[in-house]
Order: sequence, then C-alpha cells, then structure tokens
Amino acid sequence: MKPPPFGYAAPRTLDEALAALAAAPGGKVLAGGQSLIPLLSMRLAAPPALIDINRAAELDTLRTGDGGVRVGALARHARVERSAEAAAVQPLLRRALRHVAHPAIRNRGTVVGSLAHADPAAELPAVLAVLGGTVEAASPEGRRTIPADDFFRGPLECALGPGEIAVSAFFPAAPPRTGSAFAESARRHGDYALTGVAAVVTLGEDLRVTAARTGHLGIAATPLVLDLTAAAGSAGDWPAAAAHVRARIDPDADIHASADYRRHLTGVLTERALRAAAADALRRARD
Amino acid sequence: MGTRVFGEPVQRREDARLVTGQGRFLDDLGQNALAAAFVRSPHAHARILDIDVSGALDIDGLVAVYTWEDLPGRVGEPLPLLIPHPTLTHGRTGYPLARDTVRHVGEPVAMVVARDRYLAEDAAERIRVDYEPLPAVVGIENAARADRLVHDDVPGNVAAVLRQENGDAAAAIAAAPHVLEFRLAIERSASMPLEGRGVYARWDADDGSLRVYSSTQASTSVRAAIAARLGLPNGKVEVVAPDVGGGFGVKIVHPWPEEVLVPWAARLLDRELKWTEDRREHFVAAAHERGQLQDVRVGFDDAGRILGLDVRILHDHGAYTPYGIIIPIVTSTQLLGPYKIGAYRAEVTSLYTNTVIVTPYRGAGRPQGVFCMERTMDRVARHLGLDRAGVRAANLIQPDEFPYDQGLTFQDGRPLIYDSGDYPELLRKARDLIGWDGFEAERAAAASDGRRIGIGLGIYVEGTGVGPYEGGHVEIDTAGRVHVSTGLTSQGQGHETAFAQIAAAELGVPLGDVRVTTGDTRRFGYAVGTFASRAAVMSGNAIALACRKVRAKALRIAGEALEADPSDLEITDGVVHVRGDATSAVPLRTVAVLSNPLRYAFDEEAAAATQFAVGRPSEEAPVAPGDEPGLEGRDYYSPVRSTFAAGAHAAIVEVDPETAEITILRYGVVHDCGRLINPMVVEGQIHGGVAQGVGGALYERMVYDASGQLLNASFMDFLMPYATEIPKIETDHLETPSPLNPLGIKGAGEAGVIPVSAVIASAVEDAEGLRVDAMPLSPDALYTLRRRAEHDPALRTE
Repeated sequence: MKPPPFGYAAPRTLDEALAALAAAPGGKVLAGGQSLIPLLSMRLAAPPALIDINRAAELDTLRTGDGGVRVGALARHARVERSAEAAAVQPLLRRALRHVAHPAIRNRGTVVGSLAHADPAAELPAVLAVLGGTVEAASPEGRRTIPADDFFRGPLECALGPGEIAVSAFFPAAPPRTGSAFAESARRHGDYALTGVAAVVTLGEDLRVTAARTGHLGIAATPLVLDLTAAAGSAGDWPAAAAHVRARIDPDADIHASADYRRHLTGVLTERALRAAAADALRRARD
Repeated sequence: MGTRVFGEPVQRREDARLVTGQGRFLDDLGQNALAAAFVRSPHAHARILDIDVSGALDIDGLVAVYTWEDLPGRVGEPLPLLIPHPTLTHGRTGYPLARDTVRHVGEPVAMVVARDRYLAEDAAERIRVDYEPLPAVVGIENAARADRLVHDDVPGNVAAVLRQENGDAAAAIAAAPHVLEFRLAIERSASMPLEGRGVYARWDADDGSLRVYSSTQASTSVRAAIAARLGLPNGKVEVVAPDVGGGFGVKIVHPWPEEVLVPWAARLLDRELKWTEDRREHFVAAAHERGQLQDVRVGFDDAGRILGLDVRILHDHGAYTPYGIIIPIVTSTQLLGPYKIGAYRAEVTSLYTNTVIVTPYRGAGRPQGVFCMERTMDRVARHLGLDRAGVRAANLIQPDEFPYDQGLTFQDGRPLIYDSGDYPELLRKARDLIGWDGFEAERAAAASDGRRIGIGLGIYVEGTGVGPYEGGHVEIDTAGRVHVSTGLTSQGQGHETAFAQIAAAELGVPLGDVRVTTGDTRRFGYAVGTFASRAAVMSGNAIALACRKVRAKALRIAGEALEADPSDLEITDGVVHVRGDATSAVPLRTVAVLSNPLRYAFDEEAAAATQFAVGRPSEEAPVAPGDEPGLEGRDYYSPVRSTFAAGAHAAIVEVDPETAEITILRYGVVHDCGRLINPMVVEGQIHGGVAQGVGGALYERMVYDASGQLLNASFMDFLMPYATEIPKIETDHLETPSPLNPLGIKGAGEAGVIPVSAVIASAVEDAEGLRVDAMPLSPDALYTLRRRAEHDPALRTE
C-alpha cells in the first residue's frame, strides 16, 4: 500500500497551479487528500503528477453574503462547519457537514475537493444539487460557472475538463420561510451513508407548502434531486412524498445493504427529513 | 504478601510510553533495512504455470526476487503443522512461497527485496504470474457438498471430524418430554490488530548469528522454528517481540511464511531486511475465525432442564490447518458453559475452503459455542413460556459441586474439570446489574413512546491458563532494582504492570523498583506464548514462585549479615529487617552485593557492603555446593490442568421500528477471574473484549464472493466498530479463587468477547419477537427478517 511514483508540484498561486497542471496532462489536484491519497496508496490511481494547491492562499477563502455561501477550494470542511455566518445564511451546510466522515478528516478535507471527487455517496454533492448551487472552474482560458445539474456526471466523474481546477463552490442562501434538514444512515458513525437525504421545504405566506425538494445520496450514480411539491401537496403529506420517492428510485445492492432495504430506508429517511425541514421552515417563518 | 500492591488498580506503567509515541513497534526498528514486499495470488484457487520477473529487473533499487524454486532445503518445505491431533486426519499446510498451486487469494507467490518498500511494490507490480484458474470452494455448505476440492487428496474437503461425547445424547433426546431442532450460523471475522504482522532480521556474519524482531505472540517458538528451518543452533538465533500493537490470536501462529523468508534472505544477502505487513495483506494473508454452521437437537423437561443435547457443527477452516483443530475442540467443549446438562454429543467437521486460513481469534471458538448454548436456552424458555433467566438457573452447576467434571477432553488434552466458581451468584449479580426483574415496566414505558426495546443475557465459562508451563526469572541488582523476565510476550495487555505488582508484593519492594521484560529470548529462553488467557495465570505464578526463591535467598544472606534467624526477617520497601525492629536492617541492594563473593567495588554499594562480615569459612568453597552467586531466581509454573473463569453479560437494546437500526442502550458484565491482580487492567481487558464482541455481533464479516475474492478487505468496508459504536460497559466482579495455583488467579484476556453475540441476539430477539439465528445482525438483515416473518410465522418467537 505505497503509491506508485508520481511527479509533484507545489504552486503558490492559482496561475502557477494552472500552469503546472497544463504541464502535466493527467495530473491530479491535491487539496485535503482525504480521498486521493488512499486511492494512490492502494494503487487504484496512478496520476503522473500531483499539483498540491495547499500553498495557494488565494484559494483559502470562505465568503458569506445575502446571496449565499462561497467556499474556496482550500476551505476545510471544519472551517465551513464552524462558521456561524455560513450557518446563518444556509443552515443546511452545517447540518450536512456534521455527517461528513470524522472530525480528523473534516479538519483536512475540503468542501470543493469533495464536490470534485463526485462520490455519489458523499453528502456535499447532494447538498449542492438540492440547493441548485454552482461550481466555479478556472483554466488557462478563463473561468466558467457550472451548475450542479451539469457538474456531476457519474460516479467519481465531474464536469471539470483537463487542465481545469475547481476554485470555489457557491451554495445559495435559504430563502424566506424555507427550512432544511439532513438525514442519513451509515453502518458506523462517519461512514459513507447507505442512503441519505437533504430536504428543503418552503412555505407560503399562509404557511402552506409551496415547494418541497430532496437531494439524495447513495442511491444513484450522481446526486438525485426530486421535486416533491406535487406529491406532498400544499398540506405537506410527507408519507405520500416518501412513497413517491420509494417508487421513483432504483438503488443498487452492495455488501452493506440490499436494494430493497436501501429503498425502504430512503423512504423512511425522506419522510423524517421532510418533516424536520417543514418544522424548520415554520420556525423560520415565525421568527 | 503484606504489601497491598497486589489487587490494587495501579495505573498501567506502559501507557506513558505507549500513548506518547515512545513505543517501539516493529516498523519503528531497522530504519536502514532493505524492504520486502510480496507478490500474492489474485486467485482463490489456481495452478501456477509460469512466473516472469523480467519486467521488474530494471527498477533501480531492486535487490532480489525469490520464488519457491529459489528456496533451499528446509526453507522451501511446507510450513509445520503446529498442533497435530488424532482426528486431524487430513492436515495440510502451505509452502512459504507457493510451489505450484495457490489455494486462497493473498497466498504468497514471490518475495521482492528492494531498497525501500515503494520500490519493492513497484517491482512486485511488474512481476507476471501466469495462472490457470481452478474452481474455488467458498462457503461452508459448498465445502460440505464437495463438488469441488480444495486439496486434491482430501476427500470431501474434510480436514477433521472431532467427536465429544458424554452419555447417550440420542437416547436422552428421544426420551425427553420436549424436543427442539434448529440451525444457527456465525460468520467470519478476524483478530485485526491495529499493528499488522512484521519481521525484521539482521544477520551478524562475524558471529554467525541472527537477530530477528517479530510482531509475534510467541517469540521462543519463532526462534525454534527459524533455527530449525535455517539449520542454526537455537543459541545463534535471538528473537525479540518489541512493542506489539495487538495480537488477539493471529500472531500466535508461527512461523508465518514471512518469518521464515525474511531471516533466510537477510542471511543470504547479509543485509538487514524488514517486512511490515500492510492492511490489505493482513486481510488476505493472515488469518480469520468464527465461521460455523451449527445444527442443534435438544431434549428437555417441563422445567427447562436440558436432558440431552446433540450438536453438529460445520467449521470453516480456510485453505490450510497449520494451527490444528484447536477451535473445534474449544467450541465443542466450552459450549457446555456453566450448565450441567444430561447427555451431550458434539461433532465438529472441519472443512477446507479456498479462503484465508482460520486460526484462533480472541475467544477461539468459545463465542460460537456460547452462541449455540445460549440460543438453545432462550429457545427452551420461549417454548415452555418460562423466564429465560429462570431456565438458565435451573441448569446451572451449583457452588458445592466443584471440582465439576464435564466428562470431556479439553484443548490441553486434560479432563474438562472446572476448578471453582459460583454461577448462581454470577447470574444474580447480572440480573441486578441490568435490572432484569423490573424490565417489563421499562419495556412498557418505552412502547408508549413508540420505542421498541429488548433485554438479553448470556453466561459462559472460559478455560484459561492452559499449560504446559511458563517460567519467570527475577534478579535484584546492586542498585536494588528488581529485573523480572518471562518468555511469553505482551501485546498491550498490561503485563509490565501486573507482573510488577506480583513481584513487588512477593518481594516487599516498591513497585517503581521493578522492571519487567517479556518476549525476548535473550532474557528468557523457554516459553509457550501469550494466548488462551494464560499470561497472568502462567507467567504470573511462575514469577511469584521465582520471587519466593529470591526472597528466601535474600533472607538467608541477610540473616547471616544481621546475625538473625531468617524466619525472624521480613522485607519492607526493599529493606530486609528483623520483624518489629527497623534498626536491625540491610537493604536488598546490599544483600545483592553480599550474594556475590567477587566484590570489585565498582559502585558505592559494593564499597559500603564491606561493613558486613559475611563470608564462608576459609576451609570451604566461596560458593557453596548447590548455591549460585547473585541474588536471582528462576522457577516454572506447570499446572495439572486449566483454570476456569466465568462471567454473565446482560444487555438492553433498542431497535428502530422503521429503519431496523440496532442500538445497545446498556451493557453489563459480571466477571469472575479468581483473585484480581489489578481490577483496572481486568476491566480494560473486558472493555476491549466487549468491543470486539459488539463487532462480531453487529458489524464484522468477511464478504467473499463465489470466486473467493474478499470484497471488503479494508477498514472502509470491514466494519470494525469505532468507539462511537461501543456502549458504556458496566462491570461488577466476583472473586472465586482458583485452588490450582499459588496466586488463586484465572485468566481474563478473552472474557469480554465470548458471550456478546449470544447476548445481543437474545436482546434483539426479545425486542422484535423474531428468531435471531445468525450473526452478525445488520439493519438490512433485521429488515429482511421482518419481511420474511410477515409470511412465515415460524420465524416469530410466539
């Protein structure tokens, strides 16, 4: 379990990083390394070079505003998790981050790295997807903004092109009278979830449900976003919404859970998360 | 034994070193050594057609590549079958490097030596092995069906059929008022120490000697094995077990292929050579345990007394049997636990499969046996509508029945005779601890909140401290320091503390003056090893006996110096003095000087000792016949048979009615290991054991696919529980001293793990009203059981 030989560059700026990546086609960007280093050690990946961006201070940013939370490529999970400002603007971020692995991993791993790794069982891709967030990518040709729907292409596959680096992710703020919740079930604390769900519920002025969406992890090749507004109805029939999800999904079996159990569990968690999100929305509406 | 240090919860002396990174584990040693890596079989069963190493040869830093063809003489012979048994009619072992056939994924095929481990792995990756895949035998039922064979010359895949019998079980069951029949299953798990195996060898060409460090549970036996294979005298091989990061059984197996190959290559190359096992290797190339299918027939009366029990067990032994059939023996004997049942018959069939070898893992067959017995008790109680604790009580051996002969033969080849115990009191304490009698109110209160909880219990007896012997050596030096050594090894159990407590108590010296060395053949050459919860019983008593020799000698010499009768002397805080007279005294460090007629005054103590006119008459030899210079003693402890510890565990669990997730709300342990040397160390052992037990009950299994690939060979997918999965463990002790040894102690190392699967199964079954017959139990498995029970009432307990 030792990595094969690889080249290594330690740029100090984004421009240097882009140049280094251009000079090493097939190179991988190293940020927190919480997924990449194990892949190297198990020789499941053998990139010709690692572009270590940890010295590029300009990427180590976390900005919050009315519009949302913008997380730079070097911001660690723990920093975002502990940011009161980020939690105030978009509470779902902290709720989901608490389920990401263990504190030691959250101290090192990065939010943007997790998105770029595009593991369908990871929490943050589902959060970005259900919130309709974006990823900003830089290349020597310039910058582009990629919507979450387009960003996640398949298991461990995202829309970043060769020579492109994800420099930040944007999580839109929670609108008024909107609540959220996150629920997942893992075999052990901190493991990848068997299934998980991020739920967002919006109420109207009359406190009736006007929108209900869920972002699911662990049950499809990419984060699955479902609009459950119609299924739940304006009164918020959460069992009906959960039944809709059960019927809609087609999860795989693996060594930890059968497809049947995963489907059942997804329904249970969806109902719980929607109920909690609706309660959160009501609380926020009354504040 | 006036000093209170024995029995006190003294803080572990090794911890300051171990928790501050000062431990010296195998991979901390030999920083300049060459590194070995192995090419291992990717197939569960295949013939090796060709090995082409040419692709690796241009790697800068490559030193050597070896295959079986390169191994001379005894180095290339099959590994030894350590523990033969008359019923092991078809014992088979592998070669250090596969000769022509591989029989499990992970079997070593070639060894690469390079400047460092990175390069060694680069080279290993480039070695091409041409295999002809053969059909693999995976799973106990497939092995028993024997459509395919693991070894061509082993019909039916049967390595051994072991029968244990006491009375006529078939007749007793036939005559019983009630009879039940059912099947139970337990999956594979593994010892999984956080430090894997590892070997580091240095050849001293000038001296013609070999020093080997191995992360082992048996350094003396590793030495004997290496000496024999390499054709060296024992005296030219030193084996040292450095700090070892856990063993739990897997490191008692020896010699591992790597323990032969690394020293052999180190000598051949005349270079230091080290191999450190990585986690993936440990999963596929070390050992597993536990996998069994059990078919039970039980006959009982209206009170739930067992009149006859017939158990047929299929035991998955993996690809080879280097450690014999210890696990089947232990399962079939320890299954009876604290109960006196009528007639008993057990038949264990050991089956080969194309999977990693199966050797003892903490508990060593007991968890399976206890699972079988305790599941049976619950079945009987449910069938009769009786209280589960009451049915157990009706079958317990009573305190006045010891020594109790179960009429079977134990793993040491001796009669299975329990030395002492008080099982009804264990059960009473466990019921009190968990609140057994008030539980129905608790259940009702939870149910009114929509919560589903259940309670379970399990009792076990554990044979501990098996022979044949251990030894201890104790020396007091001229600074007053007490050096204790014993041959068996330590893997974190707290031996440095417990053995020091014994020595301090026996000698009357401060604990801080005692230093303990274990597992180093340079210090003690004869030993058996650390397994079977035997270290405290065996080495503890040997050290006590050695201390008594030293003490007697110290009192004799001090008596001469003080002109006092030795029987009037005692030792307090390292000073020998006349009882009741602190002024007539001589420190042990001075006695140490006096014990040696050669008194070059190298230190102040030797100079000071001249005040004492001790010396032998001028017409006699300075060292009397039968005496020895120095204040030291050596003794051995060799018991007639094992001691039998026991315990009762009880748990309350909650199951989520929707998600089928299982949470342990409370876990209680009542434990009896005879006299306690250090209650804190014992509780630590129990905590670790229960944690491993929880792993086996709810999380851990080895997921082999039909082709023999292990699908979860990493800590990401092999679900060893984290601290977050382990409940707070509530403990209570009972002390029934063993009459078999001077200290009255019994072993405690494996206790915690033994009944956990049985207890959790009992509690989940109680919560759900569904029969739990297979462990581990995942939420998915429980969910599936619920679905099946909707259509199959036989799966319900009522």
